[in-house]
Amino acid sequence: MALTREQMAQRVARELQDGYYVNLGIGIPTLVANYVPAGIDVMLQSENGLLGMGEFPTEATVDADMINAGKQTVTARVGASIFDSATSFAMIRGGHVDLTVLGAFEVDVRGNIASWMIPGKLVKGMGGAMDLVAGAENIIVVMTHASKDGESKLLPACTLPLTGAGCIRKVLTDLAWLEIIDGAFVLRERAPGVSIEEIRAKTAGKLVVPEDVVEMTF
Amino acid sequence: MAGLDKRVYSYEQALAGLADGMTVLAGGFGLCGIPENLIAHIRTLGVRGLTVVSNNCGVDGFGLGVLLEDRQIRKMVASYVGENALFERQLLSGELEVELTPQGTLAEKLRAGGAGIPAFYTATGYGTPVAEGKEVREFNGRHYVLEQAITGDFAIVKGWKADHFGNVIYRHTAQNFNPLAASAGRITVVEVEEIVEPGELPPSQIHTPGIFVDRVIQGHFEKRIEKRTLKPNAHPAAQA
Repeated sequence: MALTREQMAQRVARELQDGYYVNLGIGIPTLVANYVPAGIDVMLQSENGLLGMGEFPTEATVDADMINAGKQTVTARVGASIFDSATSFAMIRGGHVDLTVLGAFEVDVRGNIASWMIPGKLVKGMGGAMDLVAGAENIIVVMTHASKDGESKLLPACTLPLTGAGCIRKVLTDLAWLEIIDGAFVLRERAPGVSIEEIRAKTAGKLVVPEDVVEMTF
Repeated sequence: MAGLDKRVYSYEQALAGLADGMTVLAGGFGLCGIPENLIAHIRTLGVRGLTVVSNNCGVDGFGLGVLLEDRQIRKMVASYVGENALFERQLLSGELEVELTPQGTLAEKLRAGGAGIPAFYTATGYGTPVAEGKEVREFNGRHYVLEQAITGDFAIVKGWKADHFGNVIYRHTAQNFNPLAASAGRITVVEVEEIVEPGELPPSQIHTPGIFVDRVIQGHFEKRIEKRTLKPNAHPAAQA
């Protein structure tokens, strides 16, 4: 079975380490915050200028001046700090964020990512995504393995305009956990009950299947 | 408004000198920390052909979105737009030009503009459409794109508290692009919730020192929330 959105978030959360500063993108990446393993403390960075994003507010604590990068009302946790947008992106561009998790339309075997623009459709903008992919060392792209029409999103070369060039090393899809190494997707883990054949069929870019591919458990 | 006393008492005074074709830098992220009254007054003034630099362009009927209604904006420099239908229509019809700029690059362009740095290199956008036509240089084996600073004829800024010297502090995440815009305006106008007595703001806690600020006005704010998101089960009944 392909992973659910929640399982994808759970799998990504296993990559968290105690003391990490983490930026979570909109969508499935946001759900990762719900699965931080016990005994681990991480600080969530929101690029509009908040380090230490807390939970959503109550009716009593909701505040128009406290939002996250998705423009949702939030709270600040104990230990949080708030700063201007240039300082926020100094953290990102300067490589101070330990892990960035974001979505994408496509990734390719050279670590290119396309996530912001579909020619012919209205382009709303890249927001902070280009800064995040260019600035972070440790990025996990989270997306479905193939489109609804069955078209692979793991490609020999991205077809859409790029968000960043050569910056992606790790990809979690609903079918697999993969690393990008030397111009190929290396399969590390497969979703429970998903065969290597299915992953191979849905991966358009070069796929390397080592001996020791693990089946994920939840 | 005299000497170091930056206070003005009307929005006419606050925006005196704003004219057609000028570049306006606006603080705010989404609808958070936007100079909503200054924007509304630009609408009243009816100036046209503006270039507006702001992370976003408001929503239909609020924030910078109101400047679209009479087509006062000619060009928008932003990282993310399209929360408003009018924006989309004017963009598709070619009435409005948009320069999409990565959020961190936009912040740094303003910071650099305010700091007298004409351009800077950043890895952001290398290999993407953003880098097209721009100089690329390699440092330590990595490619960087030359991005130029932004300054404006006016900066419009929303603060929380200011004193008459123009020292400003911001509240929570309403800070965002405001101090950056404040530094990069030839004329910087700050509207705040409260103008406090001199000496009330601790000098070490000032976000925008008064040297960057030309005019300060106290206003009343709606502070509209774009995406009101509450904790599950946090409805009023559960609070009681």
